[in-house]
Amino acid sequence: MVITTTIPDSGEHLDSTFASRYVRTPVPKYKMPANPIPKEAAYQIINDELMLDGTPRLNLASFVTTWMEPECEKLMMASINKNYVDMDEYPVTTELQNRCVNMIARLFNAPVGETDTAVGVGTVGSSEAIMLAGLAFKRKWQSKRKLEGKPYDKPNIVTGANVQVCWEKFARYFEVDLKEVKLSEGYYVMDPVKAVEMVDENTICVAAILGSTLTGEFENVKLLNELLTEKNKETGWDTPIHVDAASGGFIAPFIYPTLEWDFRLPLVKSINASGHKYGLVYPGVGWVVWRTKEDLPDDLVFHINYLGSDQPTFTLNFSKGSSQIIAQYYQFVRLGFEGYKNVMENCLENARALKEGIEKTGLFNIVSKDVGVPLVAFSLKDSSKYDVFEISGSLRKFGWIVPAYTMPPNAEHIAVLRVVIREDFSRALAERLISDIEKVMKEMETHLIRVSTKTAHVTATVDETQDGDDGGKKHIKKSARETPEEIATYWRQLVARKKTGVC
Amino acid sequence: MVLSKPASDSDLTMHATSASRYVRDSLPRYEMPENSIPKEAAYQVIHDELLLDFKPKLNLASFVTTLMEPECDKLIMESINKNYVDMDEYPVTTELHNRCVNMIARLFHTPLGESEDAIGVGTVGSSEAIMLAGLAFKRKWQNKRKAEGKPYDKPNIVTGANVQVCWEKFARYFEVELKEVKVTEGYYVMDPAKAVEMVDENTICVAAILGSTYNGEFEDVKLLNDLLLEKNKQTGWDTPIHVDAASGGFIAPFIYPELEWDFRLPLVKSINVSGHKYGLVYAGIGWNIWRSKDDLPEELIFHIKYLGAEQSTFTLNFSKGSSQIIAQYYQLIRLGQEGYKNIMENCHENAMVLKEGLEKTGCFEILSKDDGVPVVAFSLKNKKGGHDEFEVSEMLRRYGWIVPAYPMPADAQHVIVLRVVIRAEFSRTLAERLVHDITTVLHELEKLPPKVNGEGKEVHVNVEENWSNGVASKRKSDLETQREITTYWKNYVSAQKEIKRQKIMAS
Repeated sequence: MVITTTIPDSGEHLDSTFASRYVRTPVPKYKMPANPIPKEAAYQIINDELMLDGTPRLNLASFVTTWMEPECEKLMMASINKNYVDMDEYPVTTELQNRCVNMIARLFNAPVGETDTAVGVGTVGSSEAIMLAGLAFKRKWQSKRKLEGKPYDKPNIVTGANVQVCWEKFARYFEVDLKEVKLSEGYYVMDPVKAVEMVDENTICVAAILGSTLTGEFENVKLLNELLTEKNKETGWDTPIHVDAASGGFIAPFIYPTLEWDFRLPLVKSINASGHKYGLVYPGVGWVVWRTKEDLPDDLVFHINYLGSDQPTFTLNFSKGSSQIIAQYYQFVRLGFEGYKNVMENCLENARALKEGIEKTGLFNIVSKDVGVPLVAFSLKDSSKYDVFEISGSLRKFGWIVPAYTMPPNAEHIAVLRVVIREDFSRALAERLISDIEKVMKEMETHLIRVSTKTAHVTATVDETQDGDDGGKKHIKKSARETPEEIATYWRQLVARKKTGVC
Repeated sequence: MVLSKPASDSDLTMHATSASRYVRDSLPRYEMPENSIPKEAAYQVIHDELLLDFKPKLNLASFVTTLMEPECDKLIMESINKNYVDMDEYPVTTELHNRCVNMIARLFHTPLGESEDAIGVGTVGSSEAIMLAGLAFKRKWQNKRKAEGKPYDKPNIVTGANVQVCWEKFARYFEVELKEVKVTEGYYVMDPAKAVEMVDENTICVAAILGSTYNGEFEDVKLLNDLLLEKNKQTGWDTPIHVDAASGGFIAPFIYPELEWDFRLPLVKSINVSGHKYGLVYAGIGWNIWRSKDDLPEELIFHIKYLGAEQSTFTLNFSKGSSQIIAQYYQLIRLGQEGYKNIMENCHENAMVLKEGLEKTGCFEILSKDDGVPVVAFSLKNKKGGHDEFEVSEMLRRYGWIVPAYPMPADAQHVIVLRVVIRAEFSRTLAERLVHDITTVLHELEKLPPKVNGEGKEVHVNVEENWSNGVASKRKSDLETQREITTYWKNYVSAQKEIKRQKIMAS
């Protein structure tokens, strides 16, 4: 006779994840748990929590690529365990980086012979690229000043107030003074004339942006080059230009090939571009290219004996993944010039469609230009009843992330909403967004009508006091505005609370 | 009647990739190609070229993780399109980052309340972490000197000569002088006494390494702390310590819990650790933890309104992937402290197996310690055979192994070591196989003519004095032929390397 015994609470491995105890225990947040858990449970717990993140493809705030072909993802997954910096162990991966540098340099018309190796490097993003470029300028300027026997302790850089934060970081961390050309209403990029005026003997370079973050506009690098060449002739300072082509670098060559902004202009000494924006790669790759070897001081380049062989390195990061670099090469080979051009033309077309749809509502001013990065920045014609921040909040209900922000000085009174058109933002999505914006605007108006009819009633009864009693009048107006304001403030505080903590 | 038409040459979608014209064209190297090609072709040609990279798992030169569980790979792939810096759009990812910081901070005994948030940040690697830590020290020191009305233009940092290159980078890029404590033969890490001697009023911090790259040794941070405390009392300079725990940070807490090296020592103000080394995550993640808010000057933190929402950021990189951060959190909760401990114990065990196997050959001297990072650093006992460690390293490649050889730092450059890093995925089987292959390599080397003489100098042919004429002439031609062959091969390989090196340097 077989005696059967039931084994209580045994095979934990038999429990389906949601039947197990792992979904009952609170998730560890402050202290590393003492014991391990099954990998399926770990996967499930984390995956589930991550469902509450925004959907990357609906994040219309970002320029950074959110979709790539499955073949490319396969290549990325296969190389995820390759540490890029082990150049000796992964020579092909290193070679692919070099090929990308060569291709990008030629895209920017760098003066290199047909089979010359260009001077450039892959980085983790444009932030690192800009810091490297800035360092090169700073070191070159310092060496020049030392030779001339002049003081070299107060370097500065001239940019527009519309620069992305990485320039401010560069300035603060590397102790360079940032001289910003202020913007004005209607002119949201750096004015070349004002910029050249600000240049002095301590200026290490002037940085122009091809594709301003705020409005997508291309700055007039050609005019800057001409004015600066003149000034250099008078002063003999030889101030160079850097072009921050984070967004524009992979746009202009394909759809504005006659626009002169790159190494065709003699004062441009280095250019950075984000592979992960219109380079069409997932986040984590940027590029910086120098005009020639002379523009990259050799004492910044490290030749080290790491892991047994000579490795020259000029990057801030050392160990990092190889996937994005391989993905960049894939895109260059897969799409070619023709492919990138087609993608950009589609983006522009969809941007145009979106712009027209927004204009049709009659409630917005379009702040972005037609030429530049494919985005649509728009402000309210009338911000007295509600503002763009509230519209941005309401759009989230539909799943869209459309950011709202104020312009930098001196145009802080202008607030805009901005939609970035990426490769994966199809016409269908554009039309859907327009219809959702219309819904939101209707909501805003209806809500106000309801409130204002109440107010009208109240106002009627206190009409006599309007002229004489300022206090009373103000009080009435406040109550019409108070409710939506309260709601918006409450929501803003809720969102702000989520953002406390470490950086 | 249906008119059937056979597929023409131009119907590219029909062709198998290997039948198509894409595998006949060479891949573009200098200029972006004009036209697009099918995605399958693009995948295939790139994939095939990459076959010539070495296998990551056999790369015994690197500390960086090369294997993770498929569940984690899945999470990584799912978040590959999330730009980490969009904190407002991906609040959960940001939250996971914060949890990792909290957990790692507590692992290092940061003085924190139970549900208090730690001060720290995720980075792309220890290089970025060290630059941020160094920047914080520099700024703090400058502010202090300004307040005292003293000059603040010549900051310096004291480290051992065995520091990893990122410290030299930090020094050079951020204009801080690097004062290196030289190592000596037999003592390959920073001597705390010498380090403290070098400290002056311009020293922004002393950096100690927990897990030296060269031989895996842990520096004596406790002794450094004690000596520096004394000196601070005398001088009033208040010089702090930073611990570069790139490797050791995920080892010591699990297998040497009594070793005092972290925030238990009062002078330690910040610690960096590589998530992608013994944190067991793929390349691309590091962490830096500060003791308290006071150790991170507020002016270095940026509060920005990017993409419409307010974010505070203290990193050098901005946009980057989220995958490795999520993977780190996965590992921390999947393994827990027990899991990490088990893995480290296994690594240690396998390192001992390898060490003993090497000792048994009788040809090697072991330069790594038993305690520390699980690496085995070894050099040839004597160069009587006339061969050096570089040759051993070169020959091991033929068997698929990458075992690097390199000289120790100044002033022990004459000592050459081979170093094997034991990672989590380096099993006992592989350890035994490696010993076997090293033994084979030694046998092969014995048959080859000497490259170096007893003093480690290259040998120049001069055989006559040792042989009678008749024998000499016969022997010489045999030897000559062998020598010619090996010289030819060696020249060929170094020429290739030189070409490669020049290409890399130019880019």
